[in-house]
Amino acid sequence: MPAPIRLRELIRTIRTARTQAEEREMIQKECAAIRSSFREEDNTYRCRNVAKLLYMHMLGYPAHFGQLECLKLIASQKFTDKRIGYLGAMLLLDERQDVHLLMTNCIKNDLNHSTQYVQGVALCTLGCMGSAEMCRDLAGEVEKLLKTSNSYLRKKAALCAVHVIRKVPELMEMFLPATKNLLNEKNHGVLHTSVVLLTEMCERSPDMLAHFRKLVPQLVRILKNLIMSGYSPEHDVSGISDPFLQVRILRLLRILGKGDDDSSEAMNDILAQVATNTETSKNVGNAILYETVLTIMDIKSESGLRVLAINILGRFLLNNDKNIRYVALTSLLKTVQTDHNAVQRHRSTIVDCLKDLDVSIKRRAMELSFALVNGNNVRGMMKELLHFLDMCDPEFKADCASGIFLAAEKYAPSKRWHIDTIMKVLTTAGSYVRDDSVPNLIQLITNSVEMHSYTVQRLYKAVLDDISQQPLVQVASWCMGEYGDLLVSGQCEEEEPIHVTEDEVLDVLEGVLVSNLSSPITRGYALTAIMKLSTRFSSVNRIKRVVSIYGSSIDVELQQRAVEYNALFKKYDHMRSALLERMPIMEKTTTNGPTEILHTNGEAEPSVRDSKHPPNIPQPSSQANDLLDLLGGNDVVPVIQTELPTKPASSGGELLDLLGDLSLSGVPAPAAPISVSQPTFLLDGISSQPLFNDVAGAIPPMTAYNKNGLKIDFTFERSNSNPNVSVITIHASNLTEVDMADFVFQAAVPKTFQLQLLSPSSNVVPGLNKGTVTQVIKVLNPQKQQLRMRIKLTYTHKGSSVQDLAEVNNFPTQSWQ
Amino acid sequence: MMRFLLLFSRQGKLRLQKWFTPLPERERRKIVRDMTMMVLARSPRCCSVIHWRDLKIVYKRYASLYFCSALEDPDNELLALEVMHRYVELLDKYFGNVCELDIIFNFEKAYFILDEFLLGGEVQETSKLLVVKSTEESDLLQETMEEYMRKPAF
Repeated sequence: MPAPIRLRELIRTIRTARTQAEEREMIQKECAAIRSSFREEDNTYRCRNVAKLLYMHMLGYPAHFGQLECLKLIASQKFTDKRIGYLGAMLLLDERQDVHLLMTNCIKNDLNHSTQYVQGVALCTLGCMGSAEMCRDLAGEVEKLLKTSNSYLRKKAALCAVHVIRKVPELMEMFLPATKNLLNEKNHGVLHTSVVLLTEMCERSPDMLAHFRKLVPQLVRILKNLIMSGYSPEHDVSGISDPFLQVRILRLLRILGKGDDDSSEAMNDILAQVATNTETSKNVGNAILYETVLTIMDIKSESGLRVLAINILGRFLLNNDKNIRYVALTSLLKTVQTDHNAVQRHRSTIVDCLKDLDVSIKRRAMELSFALVNGNNVRGMMKELLHFLDMCDPEFKADCASGIFLAAEKYAPSKRWHIDTIMKVLTTAGSYVRDDSVPNLIQLITNSVEMHSYTVQRLYKAVLDDISQQPLVQVASWCMGEYGDLLVSGQCEEEEPIHVTEDEVLDVLEGVLVSNLSSPITRGYALTAIMKLSTRFSSVNRIKRVVSIYGSSIDVELQQRAVEYNALFKKYDHMRSALLERMPIMEKTTTNGPTEILHTNGEAEPSVRDSKHPPNIPQPSSQANDLLDLLGGNDVVPVIQTELPTKPASSGGELLDLLGDLSLSGVPAPAAPISVSQPTFLLDGISSQPLFNDVAGAIPPMTAYNKNGLKIDFTFERSNSNPNVSVITIHASNLTEVDMADFVFQAAVPKTFQLQLLSPSSNVVPGLNKGTVTQVIKVLNPQKQQLRMRIKLTYTHKGSSVQDLAEVNNFPTQSWQ
Repeated sequence: MMRFLLLFSRQGKLRLQKWFTPLPERERRKIVRDMTMMVLARSPRCCSVIHWRDLKIVYKRYASLYFCSALEDPDNELLALEVMHRYVELLDKYFGNVCELDIIFNFEKAYFILDEFLLGGEVQETSKLLVVKSTEESDLLQETMEEYMRKPAF
C-alpha cells in the first residue's frame, strides 16, 4: 500500500482543477483513499490523512467520518498527532455529538502533561469548544492551572475559566480564590486575560462586582504605568503601549465605576489623562479614546469630564476615517438622552453626516438628528431632514417620514408650517408614508380649522399632478370631500385663491376612482368624498350617477358603500344633509401619531415597530355607515351618544340641537351626554306585556300638532308592568287634498327620559282624512318629571319637501306621573 | 467576545474559519455564505462595520484576503480592527512577507498561530514576540520535520 500523498501535494493537485466537477472528482477519490486508510487503522499516516480531510472540509466537502480519527490522534503520544487532532476536534466536532465527551479524559491527561505546549493545546481546545459537561468535569484542572506560576499556562487558564463560567455560571465561585493575585503579574498576557476574567465575573454577579471594587486603585495604577511607560517594542502599536490591555482595563473600570461614587471619583483623573493625552492620528489611539468616552459616559463622572467626552465625539465626527465617524454617531445616540445640550452643540456636524455616502453613517445620523430636534431648531432641522427625505434611498424613506411627522407634531411653530411640512412629505415620499399616518394627518387637518381652505387648495393642486402616491391621494380625497365647498368658493387667505369648478373637483375624484394606480382603500376614500360633496355641491345628478354605477362594483367594499349611498339618495334623502355635515373637531387623546423610531442597532433588519393603540379617529366613511346603521330599518330616533365636543354647533347638526335646549338640569351642553335610544329588543320584554290598563285608559288624548293640514293626535296608555313607562300612540291625519308621502315622525325628549319609537303603520298620510298613520312611542320616565317633547316632521307634499319642528308641552299629568 | 473569525478571498473562497461558539455545520456554512456575500458587496468607501442580526461585523481587506470578525454588542469595533491587524502582523512575522498562498498551503499553521493569539474569542497574548516564539517552539516539538517545514516549496 503506497504512502498516502502529502498534504501539500494534495492542495497543489486540487488547485489545478479547472472546473468544480473536476475538483469534486479528485476529492472523492482522495476521500475514498483516506477512508480505507482509516479502516486499516493506519497509525503512521493518520495525521497526514486527517490534515488532508481538514483541508477538504474547508472547501466545503463533508468530513464527518474523520471525527473519531481526531479522537485517536488526540490520544496519541506524538505531539504532531495531538496538534492536528485537537485542531480537527475544534473544526469537526461540536457539542451535539456524543463523541466529544470521549475527549474529556484525553484533555484531562493532557492538562497534566509535563510539556507546557501539550497543556496549552488542551487548554485551548477546552476554552474554544468545551461543552457544559466537559467544563464541569475539568473545571478543577483549570482552576489548578490558574494558580500556576507558569505565565504561559496561566493566561490560557484564565481564558479557559472565562469559557467555563460562560457555559456553567454556577462554577464561578470556584475561581474566586485564584483571582487574588492575578493583577500582581508583570506579564501582559496574564494581566490581559485576568482583566477579561474579572470583567466576566463582575458582569455576571453583583456580589463579585462589589467584591472587586477594591481593585480600582490597582487598575488605575496599571493603566497609568502603561501610559507613562517608555517604549516597549513587543507591546507597542504606533507609539501606544499595549492598547489591548488599556482598552480592557477601561472596560472593567466602566463596570466597576457604574453607579458608585467612590470608584468613579478614583478613576476621574486617569480618564481625563487618557482622554487628553492619547495620540489620535491612528486608529489605535481612537480605539482607546472611544472606550474612554464610553466609560466616562457610563460612570458618575463630573460634568467637566462629560463635556470633554462629548467634545471628543464631536472631533470624531470630523475625522476622515469613516469607522471613527460611525462609532461617534453610535455613541452620541447613546448619550443624547442624558446629555442633550452637549450633543446639541454638534448638531450641524451631525446634520452634515446625512449627506455621507455610507449607508450605516446615514442611518445613524438620521436617528440622531431626530433626537436633536427641539422647539428652537425645528425649522432649520426640518429643512435638512426634508432634503434628506428627498435624496435618500428608499430603505430610509418610511422611517424618515414617520420621524418628520412626529417631530412636526411636537414642535410645529405654526399650523401653516405644520400643514406645509406634511404636504412636502406627502409629495416627496408619498408612497413610503406609513398607513397609520393617514388618519392622524386627517385629524390634524380637521383640527386646524382656519387652515381648511388653504389645505384643501394645496392638496387639490398636488393631486392634479400625481395620483400615484396612495397616502397623499387618500388625504386629498378626504379633504376634497369635506371641504370641497371651500375649494370651489375660491376663498383662501393664505394663498392666491385658484379657480376650481365643481366639475373639476369631481373629475379629479372620479379619476382616482377609475385609475389603476388607486388601491381599494383609496377608492373607498374617493367614493365617500364624492358622496359628501352631494350636500356641498349643486351638481347632485352627476354624483348620483357615479354612486349608482358603483352599486355593481366587483369590489365588495365599494359596492356596499355605493348601495348605501344610493339608499341615502332614495329613501333617506331628508337625512342626507345632516349625515354628511362637516366633521366635528376630533378629540385628541394621547399621541396616536406616527410611531417612534426606536434607536436600535438594526440596519440590515428593520427597527422594531412598537405600534401604540390604533388611532381612535374613526374612518370618516365608516362613521357615515354607523349613522346609517343606527337609522337602519327602524325609525328609531337617531340620537347618537357621543361625548359632546367643545363646539356642539358643529357636531351632528340639527338632530342634536333638538335636545340641547331641552336639557332640564341647565348644565351646559358640553358636559351632558345625550340620552341614548334603546335598541328595539331591550324593551321587548315590556312590549309583550299587556300595555293596557283599563283604569289608566282614562288618560285623555291630546292634539300635539296641527298645521298646514297635518294633524297629529296623541293617545296614552300606561304600562302595567312598569309604572315609569308611558305608551303614546300618535295618529297622523291629513286634511288636505293631496297625500303626504315619505312621512317621517321624529321625537326627542329631555335627558332624564328615554324614548323609543316603534315602526309606523305607513309612510303615507292619505289626503282628505282617508286614513291615519299611527306610530307607537314608549317613554320611560324614572324620575317622574313632567313630560315634554320636541317633534320633527318631514314629508313630501305637492311635490315639495316639508319639514317642521314643534314642541309638545301640554301632556296630561296622568300620562307621566 | 469574538463569535467567529473568517478569512476569505475576493472570489469568496474560504481560507480560514475559526468559531468560538458551538454551531451546527449547516448553520456555519450558511453564515459563511452570508458573510461572504455581505462583505464582498460593500464598496471600498463604506465603513468597516456592518450590523448583522444582533452582532457587529467588522471586516478589513488585506491584499486579496478579507478578514471578517463578528463581535458582540459591548465589544470595541475599532479595537477589533487592531486585533485583525495584529494577526496579520503575526502571520507576517512567522511566514516572512506572508501572502495568500502561504495561508492556503499552510492553513494548519495559520490556525496554530491564531490559537496562540486568541482563545475563546478573546486576546490571550498581547506581545508580538511571544506569540511567534511559542508557535516556533511548538514546531520544534514536532517529530517529523519533513512534513512540516517552515516554508515548503510549492
